[in-house]
Amino acid sequence: MIRIALPRFGSFDAWRDAARQLASAGVPAADIAWTGDDAAPELFAAQDLPPPGPQPVRASRAFLSLARQVSTHADAQRWAWLYAGLLRLQDDPGYLANPADPMAARFGKLAKSVRRDIHKMHAFLRFHELPAAGPRRSFAAWFEPDHPILEPAIPFFVKRFADMDWLIATPQGTARFDGRLHLGDPVPRPDLPEDASHDLWQTYFANIFNPARIKTQAMRSEMPRKYWKNLPETALIPEMLNDAPRRVRAMQDAGASTAPAFAPRVTARIRHAPDDRPPATMADARAQAGRCTRCDLCQHATQTVWGAGDPAADLMIVGEAPGDHEDLQGRPFVGPAGQLLRETMDRVGLSPDRAWLTNAVKHFKFAARGKRRLHQNPNAGEISHCRWWLGLERRFVAPRLTVAMGASAAFALTGDRSALTPRRGRIEAAMDRGPVLITWHPSRILRLTGAEAGAAQREFAADLRQARDLLAG
Amino acid sequence: MARKSLQQKLAILSDAAKYDASCASSGTTRRDSRKGGIGSAGGSGICHAYTPDGRCVSLLKILMTNFCIYDCAFCVNRVSSNVERARFSPEEVVTLTLEFYRRNMIEGLFLSSGIIRSPDQTMTDMVRIARMLRQDHGFKGYIHLKAIPDAAPELVAEAGLYADRMSVNIELPKDQSLRELAPEKRPETIRGAMADMRMSRAAAKERSFTGKRPPAFVPAGQSTQMVIGADATTDREILRTSSNLYAGYDLKRVYYSAFSPIPDASAALPLIRPPLSREHRLYQADWLMRFYGFDADEIGAARPDGNLDLDLDPKLAWALANRSLFPVDIARAGRETLLRVPGFGVKTVQRILAARRCGPVRYGDLLRMGAVMSKAKAFISLPDWRPGSLTDSVDLRSRFAPPPEQLSLFG
Repeated sequence: MIRIALPRFGSFDAWRDAARQLASAGVPAADIAWTGDDAAPELFAAQDLPPPGPQPVRASRAFLSLARQVSTHADAQRWAWLYAGLLRLQDDPGYLANPADPMAARFGKLAKSVRRDIHKMHAFLRFHELPAAGPRRSFAAWFEPDHPILEPAIPFFVKRFADMDWLIATPQGTARFDGRLHLGDPVPRPDLPEDASHDLWQTYFANIFNPARIKTQAMRSEMPRKYWKNLPETALIPEMLNDAPRRVRAMQDAGASTAPAFAPRVTARIRHAPDDRPPATMADARAQAGRCTRCDLCQHATQTVWGAGDPAADLMIVGEAPGDHEDLQGRPFVGPAGQLLRETMDRVGLSPDRAWLTNAVKHFKFAARGKRRLHQNPNAGEISHCRWWLGLERRFVAPRLTVAMGASAAFALTGDRSALTPRRGRIEAAMDRGPVLITWHPSRILRLTGAEAGAAQREFAADLRQARDLLAG
Repeated sequence: MARKSLQQKLAILSDAAKYDASCASSGTTRRDSRKGGIGSAGGSGICHAYTPDGRCVSLLKILMTNFCIYDCAFCVNRVSSNVERARFSPEEVVTLTLEFYRRNMIEGLFLSSGIIRSPDQTMTDMVRIARMLRQDHGFKGYIHLKAIPDAAPELVAEAGLYADRMSVNIELPKDQSLRELAPEKRPETIRGAMADMRMSRAAAKERSFTGKRPPAFVPAGQSTQMVIGADATTDREILRTSSNLYAGYDLKRVYYSAFSPIPDASAALPLIRPPLSREHRLYQADWLMRFYGFDADEIGAARPDGNLDLDLDPKLAWALANRSLFPVDIARAGRETLLRVPGFGVKTVQRILAARRCGPVRYGDLLRMGAVMSKAKAFISLPDWRPGSLTDSVDLRSRFAPPPEQLSLFG
């Protein structure tokens, strides 16, 4: 039997050095007794290690990272299990990747328990302020973890509380920080002084609690009772629970309250008065449209996307409905289709700033797919409801010519739902009078590929050129 | 009126803040105090305590003030409530945050506020507190700010530089309910604020032509909250609203808050027992939408009335309503299919996929890998297990649902 005693701190590295040599010498797991610093004094002194054998010992990065976690588990068997795991790794390097393997599953479970304990130490340790000796403030805490996790748990505190001095004492050792970290042997539980901030913390804990929702099981599973004795706030829990039913009953008995007299005066000043009068200006119409609920599209779209451009323009261009970009920004034709429209207008000598650009429907219609919103075409009902706003825009702009891009715009303006292909490039009469030139919607051109896209693009440009000539003539 | 002590103010302004469910402190940029300042953040969040209502305490969650000029019927701080009012000075909020932080009680601050005087004024004060923490004290901990929907864009833009997370509450699942119960708020303004936040976050991720990255904007993303049970909206509609919000504004979380009786209640809303189990089922369904590939309508269609089954978790309820898709062959099924098996979580599915590469997966292996076999076994087939007629048995539901409670005559 070979006995190996491991130190209190740095025990994993010591185990690793010894295990590498023992495995190389081919010593079976059953012939080694691993003891920690906390173990009882041994009857036999540690023997010298056998000389390393010819075979190099290999350990994967995944094994070492897992083993380092397992090494701070409280189970006295951990070193022996890890050594057996290392031996097995030499012939069967893939076993850790199989979650169904019993040894891999056991290591996974041990490591998880260690990680949870470290996490709980980060969560439930509480500092008390001590009188400061120098310019740095000074704090101390006592914590009782399940596993000997002081070493892996401490870097968190070093990074977080770098500008203060502190001492963390646990039954397995202490960590003192004064700008540098010092690990030391265990000390008896220190007497921690009263701290006024702990009283304030209790006030917070008692008042953030909602007595109408009691879920003590959720509380206990995340904050098990074993941690309660070192937490200042948990002393309040029994009384909080006792008093909760009375507080809820009191709320119910009190019933609805009478509002103070000033309340209606305050809200009257800021409430948006409903304004249903027919708008007299473009600005009024736009404001009213911002609150439109004529159809259900407003429920999910971000906002009403009103027309933009020159409100006294000779040319009005009507698309179908805002898309994702337009919906987020609140402006029409800022997405890919809008870009194509603007480029084409520039090319044929039409200035986008000297036209009124708008849509037949003012809200984005979409279907949510994960993190994306897929465009959907508005239906006839939605287009009809929104015709009210399009009509107002047309009345205030009074364009000499309107370009309808796509079937929805053509239907909104002319009332004719027939197929677009034979109508494209022609002039029809709007329902509210005035000429309407029918063309493709730029998003159709973007959807097409190859020769079809090129042809559609040429037709679109030709139609816009025709619009330019009509306005010039 | 006597001046209130810090302790009295803390009592009032934490009591007023408890109806906001969010307390997350995860997923922000990694930083710490080794080069100056105090605090650290990044990685998974830490819950420093739990209250008996089952909620975690990760952040100091307080209102700057509970004075408010709005009149939202579900809110304890509405102008028409007679609740006791208080107001912190910015210095008081900063001191409380730092002192609790130094004692390892919190991860940071979640600051919200009633609307005083105007949305801009309120937002200005909140931004000032965040600026003091970050610039004057070098605070590296977590800050969650509630954005005031109508506040000026430049204020929100500055807040986004200090805050790890910002949130705007959608408040209620339907616009109509919001218009009725919160007449000063407007659904389009709330969604507009979310859209602005999404665009600012996207802009902050794009490098300029010199390759320089602009300062991070709200690195832990935005979230929102809706009150459940204050109006008649069905769960299916609630989930649809959520999935639209996730898709539209790149939200990290939608929080559901069971409508809870409040002191000094409004006559517009009933004093009901908070629907906690409904809230729980909605969170589960929300998880299914975000991590398991389910659609709002698939989950919502499991019952004809559009509400979730309170006795069963939503995945199990969906599987029982779609038994023709089962049993699933564990040796062959793809990831998407495995994720739909009741009793399998995302991690279990990952383990199954890894284990499958090393050899056949058997019943005992699944148990070891963390699968809840009491739920899963009716829906899967394995080399050493076939569910036989169990999958289609008439009483399958009753194996999972708790026995019906005897209705009391004297409830």
